[in-house]
Amino acid sequence: MNLIGEKISYKPDEQFHLNDVSFNFKKGNLYTILGRTLSGKTTLLKTIAGLLNPDQGSISFEEKDFIKIPVWERNVAMVYQQFINYPHLNVYENITFPLEQRKLSPEQIKKDVDEALKTVGLVGFENRKIQELSGGQQQRVALARSLAKKAKILLLDEPLVNLDYKLREQLREEFKRIFSEGLSQDTILIYSTTDPQEVMELNGEVIVLDEGKVLQKGPAKEIFENPSNLKVAEISNDPPMNVLKGSKNSKNLNFENISLEIPNHFKNLEDKDYNFGIRASEIKLDENGEEFEIELAEISGSETLLHLKRGNSKIIALIEEVMNFKIHEKVKINFNANKFYAFAEDEKLVSSPYGGTNG
Amino acid sequence: MSKLYTFLKYFFITFWTVFVVAPFLWAVSTSFKDFQSVNSKVTYIPWLDFEPTLEGWRVLIKSPAKGGVDIVEPYFNSIFVTCTASLISIVLGTLAAYALSRFTFKAGFVRNNDITFFFISQRIMPPIVLSIPFFIFLSTIGLLDSLLGLVVVYIVLLMPIAVWIMVDFFNRVPKELDETALIDGCNPYQAFYKVVLPNSIPGLIVAGMFCIIFGWIDFFFAFILTFTEVQLLPVKVVALNSSITPWWSLSASALVSVAPLIIVAFIVERYLSKGNLSGALK
Repeated sequence: MNLIGEKISYKPDEQFHLNDVSFNFKKGNLYTILGRTLSGKTTLLKTIAGLLNPDQGSISFEEKDFIKIPVWERNVAMVYQQFINYPHLNVYENITFPLEQRKLSPEQIKKDVDEALKTVGLVGFENRKIQELSGGQQQRVALARSLAKKAKILLLDEPLVNLDYKLREQLREEFKRIFSEGLSQDTILIYSTTDPQEVMELNGEVIVLDEGKVLQKGPAKEIFENPSNLKVAEISNDPPMNVLKGSKNSKNLNFENISLEIPNHFKNLEDKDYNFGIRASEIKLDENGEEFEIELAEISGSETLLHLKRGNSKIIALIEEVMNFKIHEKVKINFNANKFYAFAEDEKLVSSPYGGTNG
Repeated sequence: MSKLYTFLKYFFITFWTVFVVAPFLWAVSTSFKDFQSVNSKVTYIPWLDFEPTLEGWRVLIKSPAKGGVDIVEPYFNSIFVTCTASLISIVLGTLAAYALSRFTFKAGFVRNNDITFFFISQRIMPPIVLSIPFFIFLSTIGLLDSLLGLVVVYIVLLMPIAVWIMVDFFNRVPKELDETALIDGCNPYQAFYKVVLPNSIPGLIVAGMFCIIFGWIDFFFAFILTFTEVQLLPVKVVALNSSITPWWSLSASALVSVAPLIIVAFIVERYLSKGNLSGALK
């Protein structure tokens, strides 16, 4: 009864848009696809919707070959990152459109639409024209249309990416509520995003995609704590996880002429060269720390992002207060060695502070 | 600075309006004059300068036997040929444009852009190049000097315009709109006429307007492909000669032949400013 994809590849030109992607989505669950722009997220969703046919591989749903079923008979719903609604119809007609297409009774349609409008908070907007709505409201209409359909597969393709910061925060909160209340146990929800924070907040099963390939699958917490390789560590953190080339010997960790005491979780590591990973938020300003040069300082909201340099290494530190820095100024920082990741030279995870390894 | 700008803006608009409208007013005034008012001295305003008469207009519907010029039949011929050819061109052109905008064609080295260019290239050639092939073609299938033959030729002339405008228009309608319609349960035909077409009305109106204008004003092919059986308005009006037909009748016939275009422009202007796709694309 699951949505199962096996070895799906799609290569319309020189490059793979999807490369050997497999998945097994269970009903009643939330799946997030995390990947950077052009990593194949939209292609994967369109393939599931039926708008694209993969060159290789199979998709089955409820034991039927999904690829043979045309889009308009698949009973899926999709929300795009652009706010796509029917401009010639008003809000109410937009939401009824798919229901009328399925020839439901007028009473049923009214009930479903009213329910969907209530869920997305657009009661009272029924007769508005789409052009009169703000971006956030337009996206709510698109979401309401998808919810009212009660489709068995609901696809959301970066639904928040084109909204401004405040609306995004607000809608993200509402999404969590809608997904927990408004969805039946019969629905598979697939949500794609570039934003690691969204993935962590939605807290579903995660698939990390890069260049059309699945890099890692697992619960959000697992992806965060034990990224299977450097790429995943970069994609699943914002700002990306810092990478420092260095080595371990019997006494210390060494990188850029800095020596740190060996943390407990590294005790059993072989003595050799590693890529050490450390999150931006684990780097603290410290009078007794190591000296780095500031290349750029960005203030965002209540935080300061410091782009730092020492030797050949460039790192980003996230300071949780607003401070003014001058470019090329020297600052002293302290690394928390207990939060260090170690990746082998082939970029695979060797040791994580949360105990995971990737054999 | 902005005051100067406003002044210049209105100055040029006024100047241009006078420049365009004055000949029309002159023609309107002349069409109500008689021999006396045209030839004695310069006169402008009816009732004040001269006594208006409807004689110039009556001549247009009188048969030649009674000294009239009878433009009624050519008038309806022109309306029939222009409207039929425009309608068929819009229907075929819109379908072709949608296909060219949404699907990828490959035939040897031919791609979508080549097909679009093939359509447009029909308008790049000077019309005189096409006159002999058209003449031979129509005479072979026996449609020379007939309304049907003219409709066929006009479709060839007007469809490229429709394809050109509509391809450009459809390319600006996001593909995601069609895809959403498919996902919402429309098959490709329903997606086209339930979603894409209702949102293409501004484009259809522009394309229709251009087809009607280019069809209505064509003189060259109407002149070459007709003889005695069928006559279109432009040929008829040009054939009027000021040494036989008086100035007031010439003015009146000129006015009735541009009247449809003016009406079309006024209707279309309202739709053009109203329709937009901003809800689909943002």
